[in-house]
Amino acid sequence: MLTLGDYLLVSGLLFTIGFAGVILRRNLLIIFMSLELMLNAANLSLVAFSRFRVDATGLPNYNAQVFVFFIITVAAAEVAVGLAIIVALFRARRTTHVEDINSLKF
Amino acid sequence: MQPLLFWIFSLMMIGFGVAVVVNRSPVASALSLVVSFLGLAALFVMLDAYFIGVIQILVYAGAVMVLFLFIIMLLDLRAEERRKINVVAFSGGVLVALALFFQIYSVVHRLRAAEQPFPPLPLVKINDVRNIGFILFDQYNLPFQIIGILVLVATIGVIVLSKRELR
Repeated sequence: MLTLGDYLLVSGLLFTIGFAGVILRRNLLIIFMSLELMLNAANLSLVAFSRFRVDATGLPNYNAQVFVFFIITVAAAEVAVGLAIIVALFRARRTTHVEDINSLKF
Repeated sequence: MQPLLFWIFSLMMIGFGVAVVVNRSPVASALSLVVSFLGLAALFVMLDAYFIGVIQILVYAGAVMVLFLFIIMLLDLRAEERRKINVVAFSGGVLVALALFFQIYSVVHRLRAAEQPFPPLPLVKINDVRNIGFILFDQYNLPFQIIGILVLVATIGVIVLSKRELR
């Protein structure tokens, strides 16, 4: 039988992969994709908790699913704005490599 | 049957998730991300969250990934040339990620609820678009409006960002 822990572990593993991508990769676009992976890992654990809490009417707890809906919406808005920033940055600097973008570095 | 499907889909999700991080070419990363999200959508469906699964495919595999691929093609990014990696920073990053996973693992391991199987749903058919819609427009009406404004602001922001030259 599948337990809640299985889903939580898979979600944690996906989150760790996304986290490793954010801190190890030096390409802005791939950092951005890893960010999406982390958001989706959080969504998976929310949906697993939602299914785990079946209430008295025999339905899963939909509060968590509404929360996932909000997270997906915010993530979509974030992708649009972030990619626009990356395009603007690329126009100004001709690079998406984070080590070449260091004018704020002291 | 269900555990087998669970492991197949989570292996697909994790495997292609690793491919996103490891690939040198951004296009290959983006396509791996699509497959990873398809696996995730299948897991949502297995958790009886049909609406979220459909939304996941429509929004991520549909809209977001097209945007990513469009930007990658527009910027004409080649596979990165190999640069010298900073060994200390790299191993430090791997160590931090491993520590994070160990922490998550130990929390899940100690959680008593994590050992219990999912309770069965008594209903054969659940109308979950209707149920989510009720909660969304009733209990969560204000956050829903705020999200609407957020999307509007994001749209305006994107137009402003792509119109003006950054100096």
